[in-house]
Amino acid sequence: MEVLEEGRGKLLGWCDPWEHREWVRRNKTREMVEKVTTLREAVSRFVRDGCLMAFGGFGHVRVSMAFIYEVIRQGKRGLKVAGKTAVHDLDCLIAAGCVEEVEVAYSFGHELRGLSPASRRAVEGGRVKVVAELSNAAYQWRFKAAAAGLPFMPAYVMLGTDTLRRSSAKVVRDPFTGRPICLLPACFPDVAVIHVHECDVYGNCRIEGALVEDSELARAAKRLVVTTERIVPTERIRREPWRTVIPYLYVDAVVEVPYGSHPCNMPGRYYFDEEHLAEYLSLTRTEEGTREYFERYVYGVEDFEEYLRRVGGKRKLRRLQELERGRGTFSYPWRKGG
Amino acid sequence: MRCSRTEMMVVAASRLLEDGRTVLTGTGMPVLASLLARETRAPRLSIIFEAGSISPLRPPALPLSVGDSMTAYRAVMAASMDYVMCLAQAGYADYAFLGAAQIDPYGNLNTTVIGPYERPRVRLPGSGGANDFGSLSWRTIVLMRQDRSRFVERLDFLTTPGYLTGRGARERAGLPRGTGPWRVVTQLGIYGFGEDGRMELLRVYPGVTLEEVRGSSSFEIRAGQVEEEPEPTARELRTLRRLDPHGMVTGRG
Repeated sequence: MEVLEEGRGKLLGWCDPWEHREWVRRNKTREMVEKVTTLREAVSRFVRDGCLMAFGGFGHVRVSMAFIYEVIRQGKRGLKVAGKTAVHDLDCLIAAGCVEEVEVAYSFGHELRGLSPASRRAVEGGRVKVVAELSNAAYQWRFKAAAAGLPFMPAYVMLGTDTLRRSSAKVVRDPFTGRPICLLPACFPDVAVIHVHECDVYGNCRIEGALVEDSELARAAKRLVVTTERIVPTERIRREPWRTVIPYLYVDAVVEVPYGSHPCNMPGRYYFDEEHLAEYLSLTRTEEGTREYFERYVYGVEDFEEYLRRVGGKRKLRRLQELERGRGTFSYPWRKGG
Repeated sequence: MRCSRTEMMVVAASRLLEDGRTVLTGTGMPVLASLLARETRAPRLSIIFEAGSISPLRPPALPLSVGDSMTAYRAVMAASMDYVMCLAQAGYADYAFLGAAQIDPYGNLNTTVIGPYERPRVRLPGSGGANDFGSLSWRTIVLMRQDRSRFVERLDFLTTPGYLTGRGARERAGLPRGTGPWRVVTQLGIYGFGEDGRMELLRVYPGVTLEEVRGSSSFEIRAGQVEEEPEPTARELRTLRRLDPHGMVTGRG
């Protein structure tokens, strides 16, 4: 195939699919074994300084905040992060100084809440480097190629734009139609972390609400840590196998963390804690405030349970559950003048 | 009935959506315009969100994220991003709403950086799903405020394709035939695109003059026969305010 154009972005997470197959054969357990562990153990075992990480969910929806706080607590450094719609997950890691490089589909923003002050400061000041750009579909299709064990996925996106010029994709002449088409290189993250509604001790997972790109990401990553709102009996999984979205095969560790996505939204369970997010967004406007935030909610607490008590405990969590059911008063304290 | 320019903008955007079609939408003004269309003139409009939700009903609160639980409220399917992007690539997405920090005369959009790429003055979030929507949907509608720093001759970064360098350039780059920007809706009026792929003013809101429109752009605004967009009806405005009771979207402008 004739190569018509090549992006000059850094190629993150690349691996020859044949080498990946062989790595899988040597390193991934195909046996159904119990994988239940603790946050502390999962982070220290799978997150190495400088590794490429990707988080499931959608940046501030169903992200594993409990895992992210533990990464911060353990002082991991030099991380590369897949900015595949990264919102509060990535922003916290950047604010805490854990991140060196980001490949950006959507990053450094909090959607309707505006730009993330800590991330902006880090990127505009050069402390965190953006090594490539791409689109949301492109990132997810990079994972899809990896999940299928293929070197690339063709797509009609990014063509003709600076997004392509700053990406790691290539444009070739499609031998079937004779037209230019974009080839998205497979991305195999070192570690993916996905928060789910329920799974069994082996890691057979169920997710409620939009799946985003977790089916592809789970299969693309070399190591997959699943945190779950609760662990359920395998019997329950086997009764309705069509509800399983990630089978045990891909999973390396399972950690039970109720409310593990707080202050983010867990579809069907609890809504965004907008008060907490407003506090975070306001404190992270300054370096001093950022230190204060992490001291109060991460370094200064023993574990995630203590964190939950500190953010308002049972009463707060009940209120977030009510909001998720559409009951109670929605508030937007980060809104200008509101 | 008196309304703000932001409200006028959302109402004007909602009127562009034909009933019985699909719209890929985002948070803020796009979702408000899409819901307003559904509640008024386009009850069979299907709203689709990139994180996977297909055809939800009106949620108890406006979504804050294109992937939050409100986007899937009474939806017919909570699918995946792959699913939604594939349906768009296969031709099922009639409209897509996009916002932008900068737009050029060909409808190309920037949501990546303001200033030089290597040392940006403002680092924006990047493409997100914008490049995908702008590449794959039949009719893209851009919803943004206009002023001289946003309507620019040259973008600091071309994130999402409009007509690139003119009609035909998209197809030459490999983008699907027949797609591209269709309307641009600002706080002053509504634009379309001419034969050569350049923006031209189609309609202005009541009380807006051509001078004001031209003074709010760094590139020359082409205008032929410009019509006046009717004010929101009482029903449109009532519905809009019921959809956004806290003024989360409209109250910011």
